[in-house]
Amino acid sequence: MSSIISIKGLSKTYAGGFEALKSVDLDIGEGEIFALLGPNGAGKTTLIGVVCGLVTPTAGTVTVDGHDIIRDFRATRSRIGLVPQEMSIDMFTTVWSSVSFSRGLFGKPPDPAYIEQVLRDLSLWDKKDEQIRTLSGGMKRRVMIAKALAHEPEILFLDEPTAGVDVELRQSMWQVIGRLREHGVTIILTTHYIEEAEQMADRVGVISRGEIVVVEETGTLMNKMGRKQLILYLSEPLAALPAELGVNGLELSAGGTELHFDYDTHADRTGITTLLANLNRAGLSVRDLETRQSSLEEIFVDLVGSQS
Amino acid sequence: MNMRAVASIYHAEMARTGRTLMQSVLAPVISTSLYFVVFGAAIGSRIEEIDGVGYGAFIVPGLVMMMILMQSVSNGSIGIYFPKFNGTVYEILSAPISAFEIVIGYVGAAATKSLILGALVLATAAFFVPLEVQHPLAMLAFLVLTSLTFSLFGFIIGIWADNFEQLSVVPMLIVTPLTFLGGSFYSISVLPPFWQTVTLFNPVVYLISGFRWSFYGVSDVDVGISLLAVLGFFLLCLIIVWWMFRTGYRLKT
Repeated sequence: MSSIISIKGLSKTYAGGFEALKSVDLDIGEGEIFALLGPNGAGKTTLIGVVCGLVTPTAGTVTVDGHDIIRDFRATRSRIGLVPQEMSIDMFTTVWSSVSFSRGLFGKPPDPAYIEQVLRDLSLWDKKDEQIRTLSGGMKRRVMIAKALAHEPEILFLDEPTAGVDVELRQSMWQVIGRLREHGVTIILTTHYIEEAEQMADRVGVISRGEIVVVEETGTLMNKMGRKQLILYLSEPLAALPAELGVNGLELSAGGTELHFDYDTHADRTGITTLLANLNRAGLSVRDLETRQSSLEEIFVDLVGSQS
Repeated sequence: MNMRAVASIYHAEMARTGRTLMQSVLAPVISTSLYFVVFGAAIGSRIEEIDGVGYGAFIVPGLVMMMILMQSVSNGSIGIYFPKFNGTVYEILSAPISAFEIVIGYVGAAATKSLILGALVLATAAFFVPLEVQHPLAMLAFLVLTSLTFSLFGFIIGIWADNFEQLSVVPMLIVTPLTFLGGSFYSISVLPPFWQTVTLFNPVVYLISGFRWSFYGVSDVDVGISLLAVLGFFLLCLIIVWWMFRTGYRLKT
């Protein structure tokens, strides 16, 4: 995978002295969906702002498709589309003129057929002559995406695209993102819905207090960082853990009716066989059992929690 | 040069004027016409000629200049302040467009609006008072240069302003007094010597004097000095804007 965005030693200290980014190194591969996760104030928006030209970096370099974002700003910015987190849009223009304006601003010749396609893809076509202020919140957000796509960018930044958006719109947004990926567009998004990152992203980066904590393929991260848990539902409640069960990572729960056992699937021996054998020997009967894998959200909380 | 981006900004700004025709065109034309009615026709007939020009005609260049100054500052400032205020400036800043191109788009549109309004006011004035233009080229030069310079000045205010109060404080507290005291309604030769000297520190005096010269061939200060003064202020504004974009002042964090 060749990298389309290369960030090296990027730091940003704001005028008030707040260090939003601390020597960040990050490479984004061409055509991937990259999810940048992090708590509020972690530096996600600052990072995006630097790459897009909204924030002046204090130190470090960023190249986009081999071009420096400051020296060759025309080359880098013309490749990038940005959907910011805030609803920032001129309410008094029509959808059509707002999206056409964005295309012109990025130096592209008018292409009504392309704009029509973008508006149709985002279910905005029948609203094209409406003033933006008359649209619903979700529709306005779609217009912002249409504006970011108006100049046919190769890279799309989506800062919290699904925050405060209803389920239906979220799903249609993910469809649009999926189609863009099929066309080879690189997508970098931040989201609070970690489930979405889990489902959509090829790779996940976790940022906390201005530092990249981990960057990993989503599946690998889940395997590596994720824990599995075996839950045994007992027929009779226990007052205390019997000593003869003899395995580590065992916990009595739900008023003594459940046994929770954390285990590592990658270990040579998980301890499950021993546990089941010892249960049998102790004369305990099991009504039901299930296994659970920790979600990306739990991994995220662990990672960010260990930082602070 | 990203000419398409410049054209996009320019057209979007002109379209904004089109949407607010009453406020941005009709209102200033009517308010200026009231000056003609009151000072030109009603009171003007009782005031003696100044430098051989009837009072009603004498105030026309000053009123046109006043209109151009105020409109340029207000259009130039709101053009860039509004995107800053509603957040849409992100799009301008993230576009492959240089500071110079942004300035051409916004300031060009603001100056165009001022020129259109100036022309309308002149046309309106022609209904009320006899007008003559002795130096049409000089008149045009003063109009264009003043519109550009003060639109640029407005643009600086628009970038500097953090709220609506700051946006209006410079036009209200600086531009308006300077314009009224800049000889729109009188020749500075009627002032006592001390105040004549003080007045020479008011840049608007040079604008109005030079502009009036292009009409009637009479001026308070030498027309060459007038032209140099406008050019000097234009260059000063350019340098400030250049510095603002270079440092990202109040635009980038």
